[in-house]
Amino acid sequence: MNKISDKVWILISFVTAIVLWQLISMSEAGVVFASPVEVIEKCIKKIADGTLWLHISYSLFRVIAGFSLAFIASIPVAFLMGWYRPVRGLIEPWIQFVRNIPPLAYIPLIIVGVGVDERSKVTVIFIASFLVLVVTIYQGVRSVDATLIKAAKILGASDRDIFFKVVMPASTPFILVGTRLGLSAALTTLVAAELTGASKGLGMMIQTASGNYDMGTVLLGIIIIGIIGMAMEKFVRFLERRLTGWQETHVQ
Amino acid sequence: MAGDSCTVKVKIDHVKKVFNVRGNEVVALNGVDLEIKENEFVCVVGPSGCGKSTLLNIIAGLDVPSSGNVLLDGNPIDGPGTERGVVFQQYALFPWLTVEKNIAFGLKLRGMKREDVQKETAKYLDIVGLSSFAKSYPKELSGGMKQRVAIARAYAVNPEVLLMDEPFGALDAQTRTQLQSELLQTWEREQKTCFFITHDVEEAIILAQRVVIMSARPGRIKEIVEVNIPYPRTQETKMSQEFLELKNYIWGQVYEEYLAVRK
Repeated sequence: MNKISDKVWILISFVTAIVLWQLISMSEAGVVFASPVEVIEKCIKKIADGTLWLHISYSLFRVIAGFSLAFIASIPVAFLMGWYRPVRGLIEPWIQFVRNIPPLAYIPLIIVGVGVDERSKVTVIFIASFLVLVVTIYQGVRSVDATLIKAAKILGASDRDIFFKVVMPASTPFILVGTRLGLSAALTTLVAAELTGASKGLGMMIQTASGNYDMGTVLLGIIIIGIIGMAMEKFVRFLERRLTGWQETHVQ
Repeated sequence: MAGDSCTVKVKIDHVKKVFNVRGNEVVALNGVDLEIKENEFVCVVGPSGCGKSTLLNIIAGLDVPSSGNVLLDGNPIDGPGTERGVVFQQYALFPWLTVEKNIAFGLKLRGMKREDVQKETAKYLDIVGLSSFAKSYPKELSGGMKQRVAIARAYAVNPEVLLMDEPFGALDAQTRTQLQSELLQTWEREQKTCFFITHDVEEAIILAQRVVIMSARPGRIKEIVEVNIPYPRTQETKMSQEFLELKNYIWGQVYEEYLAVRK
């Protein structure tokens, strides 16, 4: 069994899934589960009329915009929280408070607050990924080995050197873990964000198709979101290998 | 021979350190006086919690005494400085830097020119015998090799005083013996004042000119024992009558303190 490579296992798993899916679609559950062929047909049709790419690009734009803004904002906040106790004391309780509220709950507030255009979707995704990023990076800043800071001081490092040459690189693994979790949170929130009256986007495509009982399109949307998620994960893993290969063990 | 100079390099003057642990005052050091001469090798032994590391941190400038003073060349110590190098038990290598970049860390902070940094780094890599590991990351090294890098990093900035906090404590016996003789060779060649903490009495005697025995908490100096065994000391030194007598005596003194801690 060990002679079979991982790639072969993935292939076997994939083929099995398709077969199972086909079987389910041929059973009574077929009312809900469109067959693989049907989904592929929908896919080809939507590629042909250009709508699929339009939905994907809108969704991707929202995820990337919301996440990028969150990333830029979270780094200084997380470092300040890790570095200065008053900042931590002032901010941490609110982060913990908001973190546990599902985005669906505060979407009405955001719609009223910023309107139904792109800004509301980006804002929801921003909030969701910002919270995850801040919490993770802040943990990283706090867990920087104090001996390393001592060692740097002994070698003549100023506070500035300590920040850029010790705390930043030591926190990089956590920034990357935060990125992975933050992107995942962004994607998870996407569908919720697109409920705020979007006309385009994968979440909206699923919503509309669901209203029309077009389960082929619903499944197509779900699969595409899954693929985007996996691609993002792969990308971050790649960055982790490149940037934090020095670690004794990878942070999970 | 090393350590003949009589100039006082580090003067520890009535150093007291009190920690506040959950509202309770814990006296870690209770009036420590010690003069370390230039180029002298001093080892400190004592039971865990006798304040050895606290004393080292104070000399390093990483900690401040509650009262008393530490003078370096007659000037009070105010924070860390590159004239004092520290080697930690946990190596404290920057895991994201290669071996050579770890050694170069302090040199670059000084704004040394790139070719000089390279030259100095190569020199100390050679001294610790790790030239072929220049591009390796710390995770790829054994404990002994990591500590060699840490020693090279401390030496590279050319400190006058080397402070070592149980540097070989985490190593296996064989590696420890190896690093002890390497350290002695380097010390005899490079002439530095060494303040070396250990819990290993044999290690203290083989390295030091004077062994400082500290008493259990609150930490004080119990006794200072002169080791008049000439350098270079080798593994055979450990078989000599003189060595064994010193070992028995110092071990007895440390054991008394160890029992005091357990009470």
